[in-house]
Amino acid sequence: MGADSYGRGAFGPFLGAGTSSFTDFLATAAPELMPGTAGAATAVTPADGAAPGSFARGLTHGTTIVAAACDGGVVMAGDRRATAGNMIAQRHLDKVFRSDDFSAIGISGVAGTGIELARLFQVELEHYEKLEGHALSLDGKANRLASMVRGNIGAAMQGLVVVPLFCGYDEDAGFGRIFSYDVAGGRYEEHRFYAIGSGSVFARGSLKKLYRDGMSADDTALACMQALYDAADDDSATGGPDVSRRIYPVVATITADGYERLTDEQAGAYAQTVIEGRLTDPDGPPAPLHQAGTPNGGRNALPSG
Amino acid sequence: MPFYVSPEQVMKDKADYARKRIAGIRSGVVIAFEGGILFVAPNPSRALRKFSEIYDRIAFAAVGRYNEFENLRKAGVRYADLTGFSYDRQDVTARGVANYYAQVLGAIFTDSQKPYEVEIVVAEVGKTQDDDEIYRITFDGSVADERNFVVMGGQADQVAAVLKDQYRDGMTLAEAFAVAIGALSSSVKGDGEAGGGRSEIAATQLEVALLDRGRPHRLFRRLTGARLEALLSGALPGKKETGAIADATTEPGEGAESAESTD
Repeated sequence: MGADSYGRGAFGPFLGAGTSSFTDFLATAAPELMPGTAGAATAVTPADGAAPGSFARGLTHGTTIVAAACDGGVVMAGDRRATAGNMIAQRHLDKVFRSDDFSAIGISGVAGTGIELARLFQVELEHYEKLEGHALSLDGKANRLASMVRGNIGAAMQGLVVVPLFCGYDEDAGFGRIFSYDVAGGRYEEHRFYAIGSGSVFARGSLKKLYRDGMSADDTALACMQALYDAADDDSATGGPDVSRRIYPVVATITADGYERLTDEQAGAYAQTVIEGRLTDPDGPPAPLHQAGTPNGGRNALPSG
Repeated sequence: MPFYVSPEQVMKDKADYARKRIAGIRSGVVIAFEGGILFVAPNPSRALRKFSEIYDRIAFAAVGRYNEFENLRKAGVRYADLTGFSYDRQDVTARGVANYYAQVLGAIFTDSQKPYEVEIVVAEVGKTQDDDEIYRITFDGSVADERNFVVMGGQADQVAAVLKDQYRDGMTLAEAFAVAIGALSSSVKGDGEAGGGRSEIAATQLEVALLDRGRPHRLFRRLTGARLEALLSGALPGKKETGAIADATTEPGEGAESAESTD
């Protein structure tokens, strides 16, 4: 054995300069563990002539995630419901994950693939940080997630569609940022607020009326809770606060102090506020019809650097 | 006729080579205390680290040739992250990582022309000090299961003798740090080859890290800047005459301003 083959063989992919990306390493060292590869490799076409991807309809799907920038950070919230076809598959599924100290990822779509993607993304960020000695920039994290979503496109074609929502506190810029994705790995930076999943249309409509620039993290969490309530109101796949079981949406805040997931009691308090308000106003707080003060109500400005 | 060298001779030559090179390396100390495990070594570089994080509760410490132990460090992180991803975070253990290093170093020692000139330690903090695990792995892949403290590098016996004398269970961070500094200073006095003729220890010349039992999730952190200055001035109350040590203690504010903050 020459100098070139120091401990190669069994240790091949582990030794050497290699890559700082865990996903790339995994693709070499243990490709069978890559999320989505099973779907892409074995063409899962139903034998009985059903449309490709129709089998995926019976799988567990995660639904609505919202994220909104707040003063000094960003808030992400997700309902707890997972559906399989017209059935409720899970009442207490977590779809919002801490990806590292200053970012969070929420997933909607096929839950199995999505949770695996979130798990891989967590390891990806930590792995880079450990190998390089410093964390990725927020843009770097967002781009990395885009390429991981793109890597899932084969499985997505088979119906295993998963779309993440990513948000984090940009330590260099000093404010919170939100990124959305499409199945092809397109990465789009969103301003102020965004929502993904089956109830996202209603959640976004709700946030459009409730969101104010520069809201405190506290108010933003309440706005997200209102938006999820509105989503659950009109979308059967989104779950509202489950008072009898004490299951409430997951709410996480990310600020300069890092990622913090609210406790069930804290999230429950926001949910309780929303529910009590809806007892008198079932459609939630009304937005003013006529805008007062500044020409556009001070609501349309992009966040200034 | 091909030139024949007996396997015994080859192994002996390689081991002698590695031992000789490692004997010339400045020592590093890994020491357990009440709140975790502390890592202290002289290291003037702020970029090339001897200590780093492997996984949640596991850290890596090494002395020797930087490119060689850096290679091992990366392999260890890859091994740990792959194990944690395949199974679960709690399934990554210091014993597993140490065994992995034993395999790699053993293979390199046997198969390659030149053994790695490194000595590494894998440490894991447990729930209590009794559950802590410290493993030392040497250039030929042998693993030693250590208790309480371990010394890497040259003059290991000399430094370990001081540690053995001064170590006691349940020390605080400041006490453990003082013991480690005392032991390390004992080795550098008047030893030109190992210490490069230096007998002073300043905060900027030290690399200090710790596995902090009290933290959640990832327990590894580095001690730098003002915290390190404060620890160092506490550790060296009566040694104001010894060069840079005096500088560090008399001007802690100045040093803290320019020093790198804790990451």
